[in-house]
Amino acid sequence: PPPAPRAASARNSVPCPPLTPLPSAPLQDIRNTVGNIPMEWYQDFPHIGYNLDGKKIYKPIRNKDELDMFLEKMENPDYWRTVQDKMTGADIKLTDEQVDLVHRLQKGQFGDVHFDPYEPAVDFFTHEVMIHPVTNRPADKRSFIPSLIEKEKVSKLVHAIKMGWIKPRKPKDDTPTYYDLWAHEDPNSILGRHKMHVPAPKMKLPGHEESYNPPPEYLLSEEEKLAWEQQEPAERKLNFMPQQYRCLRAVPAYSRFIHERFERCLDLYLCPRQRKMRVNVDPEDLIPKLPKPRDLQPFPTTQALVYRGHTSLVRCLSVSPSGQWLVSGSDDCTVRFWEVCTARCMKTLPVSGVVKSVAWNPNPTICLVAICVEQSVLLVNPCLGDKLLYGATDQLLESYVAPEEERVQPMQWVTANMEEHSKGVRLVVQHSKAVKQVTWHGKGDYFASVVSDNSNMQVLIHQTSKRWSQNPFRKSKGLVQCVLFHPIRPYFFVATQRYVRVYNLLKQELTKKLMTNCKWVSSMAIHPGGDNIICGSYDSKLAWFDLDLSTRPYQLLRHHKKALRSVAFHKHYPLFASGSDDGTVIVCHGMVYNDLLQNPLLVPVKVLKGHVLTLDLGVLDVLFHPTQPWVFSSGADGTVRLYT
Amino acid sequence: RRLCILKGIYPHEPKHKKKVNKGSTAARTFYLLKDIKFLLHEPIVNKFREYKVFVRKLRKAYGKSEWSTVDRLKDNKPSYKLDHIVKERYPTFVDALRDLDDALSMCFLFSTFPRSGKCHVQTIQLCRRLAVEFLNYVIASRSLRKVFLSIKGIYYQAEVLGQPVTWITPYAFAHDHPTDVDYRVMATFTEFYTTLLGFVNFRLYQSLNLLYPPKLDGQADVELKPAEGKEYAMDSESYLEKLSALSASLARAVAPTHEDEVEMDEFPVEGETAEQLDARKKEQEALEKHKKLFEGLRFFLNREVPREPLAFIIRCFGGQVSWDKSLCIGATYDVSDPSITHQIVDRPRVERQVVGRYYLQPQWVFDSVNAKLCLPVADYFPGVMLPPHLSPFVTEQEGDYVPPEKLKLLAMQRGENPGDARLRGRRSRGAGQRCTCSGASDCSVGNGGLSADEESEEEEDESEKEEEMKLKKLEEQKTQSSKTLPVKVTAGKVRLEDKQRLEQEQQSEEKRLAIMMMKKREKYLYKKIMFGKKRKVREANKLAAKRKAHDTAVKEEKKKSKKARRA
Repeated sequence: PPPAPRAASARNSVPCPPLTPLPSAPLQDIRNTVGNIPMEWYQDFPHIGYNLDGKKIYKPIRNKDELDMFLEKMENPDYWRTVQDKMTGADIKLTDEQVDLVHRLQKGQFGDVHFDPYEPAVDFFTHEVMIHPVTNRPADKRSFIPSLIEKEKVSKLVHAIKMGWIKPRKPKDDTPTYYDLWAHEDPNSILGRHKMHVPAPKMKLPGHEESYNPPPEYLLSEEEKLAWEQQEPAERKLNFMPQQYRCLRAVPAYSRFIHERFERCLDLYLCPRQRKMRVNVDPEDLIPKLPKPRDLQPFPTTQALVYRGHTSLVRCLSVSPSGQWLVSGSDDCTVRFWEVCTARCMKTLPVSGVVKSVAWNPNPTICLVAICVEQSVLLVNPCLGDKLLYGATDQLLESYVAPEEERVQPMQWVTANMEEHSKGVRLVVQHSKAVKQVTWHGKGDYFASVVSDNSNMQVLIHQTSKRWSQNPFRKSKGLVQCVLFHPIRPYFFVATQRYVRVYNLLKQELTKKLMTNCKWVSSMAIHPGGDNIICGSYDSKLAWFDLDLSTRPYQLLRHHKKALRSVAFHKHYPLFASGSDDGTVIVCHGMVYNDLLQNPLLVPVKVLKGHVLTLDLGVLDVLFHPTQPWVFSSGADGTVRLYT
Repeated sequence: RRLCILKGIYPHEPKHKKKVNKGSTAARTFYLLKDIKFLLHEPIVNKFREYKVFVRKLRKAYGKSEWSTVDRLKDNKPSYKLDHIVKERYPTFVDALRDLDDALSMCFLFSTFPRSGKCHVQTIQLCRRLAVEFLNYVIASRSLRKVFLSIKGIYYQAEVLGQPVTWITPYAFAHDHPTDVDYRVMATFTEFYTTLLGFVNFRLYQSLNLLYPPKLDGQADVELKPAEGKEYAMDSESYLEKLSALSASLARAVAPTHEDEVEMDEFPVEGETAEQLDARKKEQEALEKHKKLFEGLRFFLNREVPREPLAFIIRCFGGQVSWDKSLCIGATYDVSDPSITHQIVDRPRVERQVVGRYYLQPQWVFDSVNAKLCLPVADYFPGVMLPPHLSPFVTEQEGDYVPPEKLKLLAMQRGENPGDARLRGRRSRGAGQRCTCSGASDCSVGNGGLSADEESEEEEDESEKEEEMKLKKLEEQKTQSSKTLPVKVTAGKVRLEDKQRLEQEQQSEEKRLAIMMMKKREKYLYKKIMFGKKRKVREANKLAAKRKAHDTAVKEEKKKSKKARRA
């Protein structure tokens, strides 16, 4: 709504004068009293404000349309100097003076025509010191006395200068910026630090690939480019992409130049430096000089025979002392007897379970084989070879007379019944738990068996001729893996998971405890001389012990890639072999010298392959022929192989 | 940080990281306690403190609008010098020369910076001055040896007093300044490097009896004065520009006499055979010849050619060089000069050719310097497909891949005439292939354990299989014979045995067995070495194969184009 007329206030306050005094229309002095307000507020009203008497001032009647406006513009010679008064809405024609004023203001000149901006300057107060005072006022007292404040300031400065806090003007240093710094090279000035100083390595010199026009083979192919882009910048072999330009003119700036310089700076002051001794060895020198295998013959080199017949893995092997017969026990619940030279299966003995171990009696006058089947050890007379011999064995077994007083035994000795007897089984030693290994003493009377048990009943020693058994240990020393009789002396070796204990059977005491440095011993064999032992382990190591030397391995061989299953020594030749899950048999030359000062010489001479890996198992047992340099191996593929 | 940079203190890698780091294996930088203590009593530390105080006072004075104090403070601005640090870090001059690479590269980089914001204008000017002085020294002593146009910049290698000094200069373009670079670190390095380079320059100029700061030769100075007497630039600026034109020789403190070149006496070292002596003499002669490579040649640089590097190189080898007068101050002769022998041009075609001079691409200069002889010009005419530009810093060892161009070059250096060289090159390329072939065989030998073994294994397997088959047959026969006894005799086949191969197999097996007996540590080392060797051979083979493929592709293309032309 339009503001109410405020006549009183309007009268008090000086009403804002109209934009231009209207000398042309002094008679009709219509003074609008609305004040300085936006005039649009009155747009929709017939009046435009109120005069001094409080009456409405009406807008002049405008009945001109566009055409009239245009005609007026065309015809009225004063149209250009006609303006509309906003306050009254009347058209006003500007006078000549007013037009002139507008023009001058537009040009940026002074509004007043008579004003002269370039009047000559009058120097009222000159900078020149005059001889006469301008005023008559007498001088102040303070202009005669020195200023105390200034004195204080000066004294402070003087004090500061005296104390050397501020220096008035330093004398200019007139030594030249550069001079012969190394004119007097003093060897004493080389500090200890310089000897310790590791000079920064120089930047790598560029190769052909960095050239702006490299040979074509150094340019990256598409795949290489892609690979280069996908690599982390730190991993890239080249920190730039090789490129080829036709001519020097086409070579652009290298965008990472400053980066590279900066990185070099960072390297220089942030990278730890260290002297690295670069090993400059000929790799051929690293290979130990060993005697040539050719000079160490004989040893088995080629596969000669394959004994087929078993349908499952062949766990164990044993050969008769004469070397004519071979016995093998398998998971297909049979024991087969073979003729070594012809690979002919002479006999098959079905048993009640899986055959874990077989052992031929080492006594050449006795023809007897011990076989582990589940919880019992069968003593079998294979009835092979000399009829007199096996007859004598039978007689020997039958000549047993039971003692008067029954001895308390840990196990039972049972004579085989007729059916079994016809197959060849003569005696059955029944254990309380499953038997996993059986081994004969060198004389052929005693044999030891290992039961998979956790008590002190793990190892049992049996005597065939008296048919009685005994339990040598009072306490269990861990899970026994295998046992072994010393070939000459009354020693007994017991291998637990990590140690091999050597017992003296006569004195009934522990003589030695060998540390194998292995995680889990799998097998053990003794040198026929009796002073050296090898141990195979499931962590694919073979430890050679010299009993006279130390209780630690003399040498730890890591030939195989997988777990060792069995190891064996040859009776006469300086050979030993190891069979492993990787399907190979490695034959090594292991010479033991009579001279105690000379250490044994171990040289691998042959890697024998042939067994097929089945169920991740390779060779399960290896065995040397008692007289020939031949080696038998039995594998998980159900075959027994002979290498000669 | 600044102190560490200036004093050259760097972290150390402790021997027992865990012990030092209180049981943790996290990555940390370790400084030697000794080093830090050494930093403590460095006099420059006090100077730094003074400077810090100065800045604080100045700021305060500005804040209070005490202009007289500001003036006084500015008058007494503390300054420091790095002379003693240079001397301490490099007790002998040779030490300083050995560490000159980074200093030069940095100075050349800073001298190309625009004078805006990134660092002080004085630093840029100083760097430019020092760089130009060094270039002038190299020209005067003719000690440049190798140059290389890489995609990063131009590498130069000079032999300064027996020490190889390598530096890189960027191509003359404006830098787009990266944001992830700390210019303060670079500036600190440059501060030290400029001090070092200044002293080194002084000493080097002294060693050649040149004036320092360098003055142009009197005669040249007169020549360089603008003829019409119009001002070229302010004196101080025009001096540096004249110097950086690199076209005039420098004034010597003592006028050189021609008998100056003292013939070196020969002191045969004991135990040195005549052959070695001869070789050394020959080397010396070759070096002298190399220094005078462009002697007597007059070059003219077209305006599209980078002037500074080319002028520098040509002058380093005794050539005379000039350029268009409007291009830069210091032009000594005009294009139309009939005595010009080579004009360096980098455009596909030259409109008006003057008879009596070669028009060559700039690569010819670089390749000639690296080859130590003026190469045949035919390959370098304008618009011609240039031969590859090889790095002079690579010395191929036995078994490395050698590009065929390098073989050609070596043959040329040995003194075979270029007409023969092409043939020879082809032959040598063949030889190269042969050599790579031998590399391949090497590889198989190097593989040692692997390929040969596998072969032998396979062989063994095969023989075993055969044997098994035979055994099977035998068994079958046996079973048959047990049944029917059909006795049959067939003629056996003679199995030929390759003795050499057998021998090789045996040897490889022996080696394998011996490797089995190696100790764990040695085996590890052996495997590592063999792996590295194999990788090297593999890379060389890859390069050779790539080259072969490329060559055949090029040949086929040529054939095709020929056919097309015929059609």
